[in-house]
Amino acid sequence: MTETAGGQGTATTTFSLARALGEGMRKAMENDPKVLIMGEDVGKLGGVFRVTDGLQKDFGEERVIDTPLAESGIIGTAIGLALRGYRPVCEIQFDGFVFPAADQIITQLAKMRMRSLGTVSLPVVIRIPTGGGIGAVEHHSESPEAYFTHTAGLRVVTCSNPADAYTMIQQAISSPDPVIFLEPKRRYWDKAPVDVDGTDWTPLHQARVARPGTDVTVLAYGPMVKTCMEAATAAEEEGRSLEVIDLRSLNPLDVGTVVESVRKTGRCMVVHEAPVFSGYGAELAARITEKCFYHLEAPVLRVGGPSTPYPPSRLEDHYLPDLDRVLDAVDRSLEW
Amino acid sequence: MAREPHASYQGRWPYVGRLTAIPLAGPELQEERHVTIDSVRGAPTGAGQDVSPELVQLLTPEGERVEHPDYPLDLGDQEIRDLYRDLVIVRRIDLEAVALTRQGELGIWASLLGQEAAQIGSGRALSDNDMVFPTYREHGVAWCRQVEAVRLLGLFRGVNHAGWDPAEHNFHLYTIVIGSQTLHATGYAMGIQRDGVLGTPNAAATIAYFGDGATSQGDVNEAFVFASVFNAPIVFFCQNNQWAISEPLERQSRVPLYQRANGFGFPGVRVDGNDVFACMAVTRKALEAARSGQGPTLIEAYTYRMGAHTTTDDPTRYRLAAELESWKLKDPIERVKSYLVKNQLATADYFEEIEAEAKQIGKDLRKACLELPDPQPLAMFENVYAESHELITEEQQQFAAYLESFEEASS
Repeated sequence: MTETAGGQGTATTTFSLARALGEGMRKAMENDPKVLIMGEDVGKLGGVFRVTDGLQKDFGEERVIDTPLAESGIIGTAIGLALRGYRPVCEIQFDGFVFPAADQIITQLAKMRMRSLGTVSLPVVIRIPTGGGIGAVEHHSESPEAYFTHTAGLRVVTCSNPADAYTMIQQAISSPDPVIFLEPKRRYWDKAPVDVDGTDWTPLHQARVARPGTDVTVLAYGPMVKTCMEAATAAEEEGRSLEVIDLRSLNPLDVGTVVESVRKTGRCMVVHEAPVFSGYGAELAARITEKCFYHLEAPVLRVGGPSTPYPPSRLEDHYLPDLDRVLDAVDRSLEW
Repeated sequence: MAREPHASYQGRWPYVGRLTAIPLAGPELQEERHVTIDSVRGAPTGAGQDVSPELVQLLTPEGERVEHPDYPLDLGDQEIRDLYRDLVIVRRIDLEAVALTRQGELGIWASLLGQEAAQIGSGRALSDNDMVFPTYREHGVAWCRQVEAVRLLGLFRGVNHAGWDPAEHNFHLYTIVIGSQTLHATGYAMGIQRDGVLGTPNAAATIAYFGDGATSQGDVNEAFVFASVFNAPIVFFCQNNQWAISEPLERQSRVPLYQRANGFGFPGVRVDGNDVFACMAVTRKALEAARSGQGPTLIEAYTYRMGAHTTTDDPTRYRLAAELESWKLKDPIERVKSYLVKNQLATADYFEEIEAEAKQIGKDLRKACLELPDPQPLAMFENVYAESHELITEEQQQFAAYLESFEEASS
């Protein structure tokens, strides 16, 4: 599945996003014997998305743990393992299954450091395949990021491509703070070159200008980055220049990169799959309004899911923002 | 565990006593309870089970030493006197904290009154390497782990959320959400396994404290599952104090709690929770089993919450004074005192000396409590993250500037 190509003096390998995550975890496990993988079906099966494929075979059952089928149990025991000096990387099988673990994440994991007056560190990573677009049954297509960005003590990041997947998962694992790592499940099979020997990594909490532009700033993360890049290509044909920013880190937010772009373009829109109401885009809109008020030519627009439960999959193409809905918002922003 | 109850306690234990003491329905319904499980009242105590469960006891309420074949305990005279001292002191610490709450110096307090033996017995069974995961009521265990009493008060006074370093004492932070800590203890035990120390001199186990109410929590049941399938070195120490705030044990379980362990595949044992000797012997054995790789044990320490759930609770609304009176006869401290007196291991002077020491500790605690400094406002931004966090830093600076604006205005 991989092919190696030379590039700027380092080895570049083509990985799917899922494979890049797996290779990133493998590297972290090689570098630190305290790194553990735990979750449902992560061992022999390699996870339902095969992200941990081969890790148990190579690192053994003590380090790649097939857990009982209990999400609160996974996170709760991961906290205990972290207290003993381990660095657990937990897989929650699907976004909709993280809620049984909500108490352990919000009440215990996020707050332990402050409660202990800084004496306790919990370097726990929680990987969650997130978002829709794969024709799944209910509870398999949700975007729970706002629940976690609202919780102080957690870091929340999400990758949009294989290269970021490879580096960001390793950075998350080495973080002394708990990290919610959201994986765009419908992009798991997207392939791209990954520089596996590179050392010049973008810091974990830094946003990336995925495509420079001049007319409208488009803020996206996870699965929506690809959609917005496609929209930018289409917009270009109509003579409109979109600047697409891949936020990568939702908490903390790289405000500087966002503000710099919006002050340049004067227009901004946020695109995510989650419902717009009280969604992450609301925070972005408010913050941009505060920091760029005199630069704005139009209100910050939000493109996202309706305020409904995630619909049956035959309707998800209507629910999820797509190229046309992004371009529609571009029109509205420019016509303001 | 197929043993007959020891003769010394047969028929004495009021296991089935409470339902008759507190009628929950009229006579007709009470009769029917033996054949019908009512959806409102739940199952009657004893439904579908042996109604006289086993109970390990080594010291009777009258202070008579009895032997148990599975739990031999050989304590020196000084060790017994030390246990007595522990019991008296933690009761005094607790009493002082209750008084401080009544006087408005603490916001709330969860009293351990009546549970001293369960906590001291189990706490003194621990080795330095063992790791404790308490609820918010384990003041006696904290004493055994040398956590300064005043450090327990910070949470209840509102000056911090927990004031000690868990690693320094091998005593984790108090946990308020019921049962959550049992999973942390299980995970920690899984870490001990992975360290490869079981069966070596560096062996350690974890002990997770929780109450009867917590046994209904999903987390506790998940902890049992994880501990069981991974054979984790952990002791689940359940202090069944009969009441989860106002809800009696019958609302949590229709089987004796220690029997829950059977379903999860590890041993469960019920111990007289007011008997410090028995609590120590049973916990010691369970910890040794855990440290030597034999996996988890559930201990149900059968005891009674003599006080209110917390200082904001009013037990007179839901339980009868007679019940309290019957448990006073089983006081965990009096029986050790009786034993010491009967066996001429301590004199009146000794008891007075301990009383005076406890009183002084209470006095010192009061002073230290009143001297606990209020945190500075900007402290709330500290320790949220280990590494700097742009938003927190920005908000902290903004808040500092806001506070300074008042100082400028008033100067």
